[in-house]
Amino acid sequence: MLERPIISQPARTASMPLVVEDLVFATGGRRLIDGISLRLEAGRRTAIMGPNGAGKSLFLRLIHGLIAPSSGRVTWNGRPPERDVRLAQAMVFQRPVLLRRSVAANIDYALKAHGVARRERTARAAAALEQAGLGHLAGQAARLLSGGEQQRLAVARAIAVAPDVLLLDEPTSSLDPHSTLKVEMLIARAAQDGARIVLVTHDPGQAKRFADEVLFLHRGRLLEHTPAEIFFDTPRSAEARSFLAGELVL
Amino acid sequence: MQDFGEAVGLAGRLLLSGDETLGEIVWLSLKINAGAVALAATIGMPLGATLAVARFPGRQAIVVLINSLMGLPPVVVGLLVYLMLSNAGPLGVLQLLYTPTAMIIAQTVLVTPIITALTRQVIEDLDAEYREQLDSFAVSGLARIGTLLLDARASLVTAVLAGFGRSVAEVGAVIIVGGNINHVTRVMTTAIALETSKGNLALALALGFVLLTLAIAVNGAVGGLRLAMVRGAHA
Repeated sequence: MLERPIISQPARTASMPLVVEDLVFATGGRRLIDGISLRLEAGRRTAIMGPNGAGKSLFLRLIHGLIAPSSGRVTWNGRPPERDVRLAQAMVFQRPVLLRRSVAANIDYALKAHGVARRERTARAAAALEQAGLGHLAGQAARLLSGGEQQRLAVARAIAVAPDVLLLDEPTSSLDPHSTLKVEMLIARAAQDGARIVLVTHDPGQAKRFADEVLFLHRGRLLEHTPAEIFFDTPRSAEARSFLAGELVL
Repeated sequence: MQDFGEAVGLAGRLLLSGDETLGEIVWLSLKINAGAVALAATIGMPLGATLAVARFPGRQAIVVLINSLMGLPPVVVGLLVYLMLSNAGPLGVLQLLYTPTAMIIAQTVLVTPIITALTRQVIEDLDAEYREQLDSFAVSGLARIGTLLLDARASLVTAVLAGFGRSVAEVGAVIIVGGNINHVTRVMTTAIALETSKGNLALALALGFVLLTLAIAVNGAVGGLRLAMVRGAHA
C-alpha cells in the first residue's frame, strides 16, 4: 500500500480557493449537475466519489472550464476558469488523449503550450519521462504504448507543466494494480511538489490513500463534503453508506 | 488484335529508347500536376482545417458547397478558366491562355475542393478526439489548426493523393486552357487523346503505360510513406 505523501514543498496557492456557487448543468431537460456549491482550500487533497452517472466527470470538466455551466459560477481565486486559469492547471482524462507524436514530443507539446522556453523543455521532458519510468520509450510513438504506459504518460505530461492544480478523472480505472501503483506514485509526487490534487475515483481504497477530504456526489448533487476520515468512518448520507458498503447505489 | 500487339511492341521500344518527345510530355505533365497539387494543398489544407474547427453561421452551407465542388466537371472548369484568361476576360491582360500556368490554374481549381473536403473530414474527426485535451492546454486558433494538421499528416497524404489522381488523369480542362500545343502545353492525357484520334496508337499506348506506371508508383510511394509514419513516432 502506498503511504500518504507528506507535503514537502509549499503548495502553489495562486489558483486557490476554488469557489463553486449554485452550479447547474442541464441538458435535454435533465439537471446533470444540480445546484452544487462548495469551497476548496489550498493545501489539501480532494477525492470526488459517487456512483456512475453522479456527475463526477462532468463536475471536473465544469470546474476546469472545458464546458460552460447552465447557471451558477466557478471561480479560482476569484477568476473564472478561462485561458490563464486553465494554464495553471492540468487535467488527466479517464481515457488518455495522446497526440500522434513520440512520447517525448507529447510532453514537449504540453510544456510549449504552457509557455516553457525551448531550451528548458528538453531537460524538463526528459526528467518527467524518467520520473514516470518512460525514459527508455522517449522516441517511441505514444499511441503504440500499452494502456498503463499511456496513462502514465498522460499523468507525466500533466505533472511536467508544474500545475497549481492537478485534476484527475479516474486515472487508474482501467489499469492493473501494477500500473495503478505507478500512476499513484506519480500523483503522490506531484502532491509533494505542491500541486493541489482533485481526483475523481471510484475506488474507496484510492481515495483513502490520497485524500484528506471527500466530495460525495449523487445524481448531480453534492451530498457530502467532509474530511476523509469522517467520510469513511461515519458517512452522513444513506447513499454514501450504501456506496461504501459496496451496495448498488441507484 | 494484330494492331494492338504491334502498338504494344512499339510502345515498349519508345519507352526503352528514351524517346525525346515522350520524355518532354511526361516531364511537363509531372511539373503541371505537381504544381497544381502543391498549390491546391496550400489552399485546401488550411481552409479544410479551418472549416473543421471554426463555428460560424453559414459553415454548413460552405461544407456542402465544397463537397459538391469535388465533382466539378473538368470541361466546365476549363471553360470558366478559359473565359477568365482569354483576351476579353478579366485576367486576359496576363496573357496566360495556352501556357502551362493556365493549366496549373485549371488543375488547381479542380483539385482544391477535393483536398479541402477530405482535409475537413480528417481534421474534424481528429478534433473530436483532441478537443478536450487541447482546450485543457488552452490551445486555440491557428496553433490548434497547426497541431491538428501536423498530427493528421498521415491521413492528409491520402487527400493529396486523391488530388493528384484527379489532376493527372484529367484531360478536359487542360486541353481547353492549354490548347495541346506541341512542346509547350502537351501533357500525357492530351497527347493520348490526340495521338489516338490520329491513329498513332503506339505513342498513345506508351503514354498510357507511363501514366499508369506513374499512378501506381505514386500510390506505392505514398503507401510506403504512410507506413513509415505509422511505424515511426506518429502512429
